[in-house]
Amino acid sequence: MAANEYDLVIKGGRIIDPALGFGKEADIFIKDGKIQNVLTPEKAQAEYQHVPSENVIDATGNLVVPGLIDMHVHLREPGREDEETIVTGCEAAAAGGFTSVCCMPNTDPIIDNQETVKFVISRAQEAVANVYVVAAITKKSEGKELAEIGDLVKAGAVAISDDGHFLQNPELMRRALEYAKMFNIPIITHAEDNFLSAGAIMNESYQSTRLGMKGAPAVSEEIAVLRDIKLAEFIGGRVHIAHVSTAGAVAAIRSAKANGVKITAEATPHHFTLTDEEIGKKFDTNLRVNPPLRTRKDVDAVIEGLVDGTIDCIASDHAPHAEEEKDVEFDQAPPGMIGLETTLGLVKTYLIDKGFLNWADAVGKMSYNPARILGLPGGTLEIGSVADITIIDPEKRWTVERDKFRSKAKNSAFIGWKLTGRVNRTILAGKPVHISK
Amino acid sequence: MNASALRSRHLLGLEGVTREEISLILDTADTFREIIDRPIKKVPTLRGITVLNLFYEPSTRTRISFELAEKRLSADTVNFAKSGSSVSKGESLKDTVRNIESLKIDMIVIRHSSTGSPFFLTQFVDSNVINAGDGSHEHPTQALLDMLTIRQKYGKLDGLRVVLIGDVKHSRVVRSNIWGLKTMGASVAVCGPSTLLPYEAEKFGVDIYTDLDKALDGADVVNVMRIQLERQQAGLLPSLREYTNLFGMTKERLHHLNDNYTIMHPGPMNRGVEITPEVADSESSVILNQVTNGQAVRMAVLYLLSGKKEERGEEA
Repeated sequence: MAANEYDLVIKGGRIIDPALGFGKEADIFIKDGKIQNVLTPEKAQAEYQHVPSENVIDATGNLVVPGLIDMHVHLREPGREDEETIVTGCEAAAAGGFTSVCCMPNTDPIIDNQETVKFVISRAQEAVANVYVVAAITKKSEGKELAEIGDLVKAGAVAISDDGHFLQNPELMRRALEYAKMFNIPIITHAEDNFLSAGAIMNESYQSTRLGMKGAPAVSEEIAVLRDIKLAEFIGGRVHIAHVSTAGAVAAIRSAKANGVKITAEATPHHFTLTDEEIGKKFDTNLRVNPPLRTRKDVDAVIEGLVDGTIDCIASDHAPHAEEEKDVEFDQAPPGMIGLETTLGLVKTYLIDKGFLNWADAVGKMSYNPARILGLPGGTLEIGSVADITIIDPEKRWTVERDKFRSKAKNSAFIGWKLTGRVNRTILAGKPVHISK
Repeated sequence: MNASALRSRHLLGLEGVTREEISLILDTADTFREIIDRPIKKVPTLRGITVLNLFYEPSTRTRISFELAEKRLSADTVNFAKSGSSVSKGESLKDTVRNIESLKIDMIVIRHSSTGSPFFLTQFVDSNVINAGDGSHEHPTQALLDMLTIRQKYGKLDGLRVVLIGDVKHSRVVRSNIWGLKTMGASVAVCGPSTLLPYEAEKFGVDIYTDLDKALDGADVVNVMRIQLERQQAGLLPSLREYTNLFGMTKERLHHLNDNYTIMHPGPMNRGVEITPEVADSESSVILNQVTNGQAVRMAVLYLLSGKKEERGEEA
């Protein structure tokens, strides 16, 4: 029966598939990069005669989930290959359990034309994760003229965003939404009013008052979110709010969803684990992020939004920076921290172990929901789907170590943190691309 | 002097500094103040110690005050100013300081526009670090000299009512004064236009006023902050003229104060803007005495921190 031989079988793990509503022990049979069969242990017995034993992964005690998808990362290529490349960023993704990432367009040059989209896609051919391109809304992300969105989609872009900048001109945002509707792609909003946030180094709160640093008020984000909710409601286009960080933004999105507006949202691990009170302790420049770390009240609201489904996705906003750029005075450092390799452990330790989410919810937010929002393959273990699979050791305890990052950059605020839950194996189209030691 | 000592080997701010530590600094400063008033104003206390004055922002009185304090203690001094240095060639603060420290520096006095830059230095230098003003965060020696000046006049700080007037939002002098004065038992009020009061300023544990006459009512000490023209350009004030009308310290307002009141200003003054000349130069003004005390306080801080080496653990 050589013709029926499976390339890979994942045996004995507990399957978590929010799409199928599945949460029990089963074996997954893979052939030609696709899931051929998902069988309970009893039914699987007969199939093993077609499988050489070296093709079997014993996943006993582990969770087997659809390959994780991080819909918000910065891969820095082209332009800042000293900070990260498509290849190293994807190695970090695989090491963090992600089989797909969506890269933001704020590279140099900006991904606002077909050639650059094609360049990224071609560089990703040699990488160990799927790379989907989020292209710019406006030329050079300057907020002045629409980029050639039709061309960008044709070249492979799955969404558009001027991430890092808010498209301040409401008329242009309206036209972008209308235009993007033709291609059924979402616009990802970096919600921040440029005037209210001008010169801000951190969140505006008692902490900014105490430290004497210019703060970005929560309303800067909330006004931007509310504007795009109203535009999405008016135009009927799809808006996805990136890195939601304030209680008011969560409330606005919750109410918009209740009113039937087509809006989705994501939150980052640092916005559900850290507050602005950390900044004054050691002025760790890895805590400088945008949107800034907010207050305890905001962190609690973000968690509540994740719990009740207001926030659909967890995305890292992986933002590599060169060491010399972060080894400076706090307000001189560029905003952003890396996240691909810590997201899973932070989700387990701070959302699942604390009783906020169960594994099905968490996998939904890290796989099924991003796939659905962006129309990506994956996000499910359904028979016939691509064999992008993450095997998770849910109780593995580990410490985040600077020297262990696969990312070229080391700018994480979580170094030294003790986490529970770690990837065991990451499987891309039926091939293991990462095996944890 | 060993019975009580400073816990940290750096002076980064007054937030978290104890009453005993502040008293120790002020007591020591009183001793040095006597030396300044002698005909020969020099002691050998810091002989062999090299101090780097690292000024990334323009400063006249603080820089000269520190330099004179160092010289009166017989320290060797090196001055660094941002202009004309390798900073204009793109050298980072860390590289600049590590290079200069390799020339064998013992103490660093830093003035910098970034909050937390003195703390940042402590992460990679062996020298004792003294904050001479970091952004809008803290300016501990200024608040110490203000407290020394008040204590000299009233013999105490406990129970006095001190009003800090002006740009609370951008003032490191106000922040350090709030921490120090509250720790020493004074009652503190701040007063300024609401656009220059920072978010949730009430969490400092001070009384907040936007009506100057009410703020002055029953106060013993008024410390007037410099107002900067940039605030008008940034849209925080309609005009300096209106600021003067609402928040200028004038002779007509003095009757709100307690008898034996004191007028202070950390300088440099905008005469006729935040304070009128007749108030600034009145008998109750201690503005020039503040400047002299600044030297004594800086001598005290340099003396108390010098020679304090790695006692890892409780770092500021």
